[in-house]
Amino acid sequence: MKPLYGTILRNPLMLGTAQYPSPAVMARAFEESGAEVATVSLRREFGAGQGSNDFWNLIKGLGVRILPNTAGCNTVREAVTTARMARELFGTDWIKLEVINDNDTLQPDVFGLVEAAETLCSEDFEVFPYTTEDLSVAERLLAAGCKVLMPWGAPIGTGLGLNNEYGLRALRTRFPSIPLIVDAGLGVPSHAARVMELGCDGILINTAVARAGDPPKMASAFAQAATAGRKAYESTPMEPRDMAAPSTPVLGKAFLG
Amino acid sequence: MKVSFNGRETELESQNLEAALTELGVDCGGVATSVNEEFVPKAHRSAVELQEGDRLEVVAPMQGG
Repeated sequence: MKPLYGTILRNPLMLGTAQYPSPAVMARAFEESGAEVATVSLRREFGAGQGSNDFWNLIKGLGVRILPNTAGCNTVREAVTTARMARELFGTDWIKLEVINDNDTLQPDVFGLVEAAETLCSEDFEVFPYTTEDLSVAERLLAAGCKVLMPWGAPIGTGLGLNNEYGLRALRTRFPSIPLIVDAGLGVPSHAARVMELGCDGILINTAVARAGDPPKMASAFAQAATAGRKAYESTPMEPRDMAAPSTPVLGKAFLG
Repeated sequence: MKVSFNGRETELESQNLEAALTELGVDCGGVATSVNEEFVPKAHRSAVELQEGDRLEVVAPMQGG
């Protein structure tokens, strides 16, 4: 797996931390899948404080890398300020940058995304931009200083899988040395395997694991599928063809006349 | 003075951000802050004088995807 800002992960699965039936189930999902990165967020604190402390202590106890996000930010200013707050609170330069301006699709606002990425990269953040598969946007994000791209598979929380396989293949081909982590929209492990077979470097899953009937088992299934897909990519799959070709040698077969 | 604290109109006696957090009962070590959408680092909170109508945001770790 390509290094993410100098960090090499053994496991291609990153896990979100929201929507689980309980904190204990979430912790088991990390343990059983071996995921090494957890995404977290920031929300308003009104003074009671204990809930967020308990959550943060649990996450720290998992011993995983923290990837804070700017989820829910609709403007560049909100996203940049949230990133700065996240860096102080979580003690990491990593930031999953989301700028969202359409509440129906939760599609990245790519114009705001590029602008926010420029600001944050100039402040030495290590930006993981949640983006589309658009090549021009990817060019601009890389020019801004991003060294990782997080293209969507499908809109957040839909579980639809890979909506634009061609687009993702094109992204892989255009930027062969850039780590691609597919974020959002994957629903079942076969989606993860397909993404990795295309040569992507990782997947970020939340809803599909947290909303499964057995989140730890599903997390483990995603990790195994992603690993299998990666191995397949590294093994150079055969080229598909339209006509049948016998796999058993014909030479020496009886009754050939 | 009246300020907006996490979107709620709130009456404060404190004059600076550090004191305001204590007045609001917030665990200062476990939060990050902004005033009027500008990030205020922990070390600068006591130097930020609050004004009537300021918008304070105080955030803590939360689950996320």
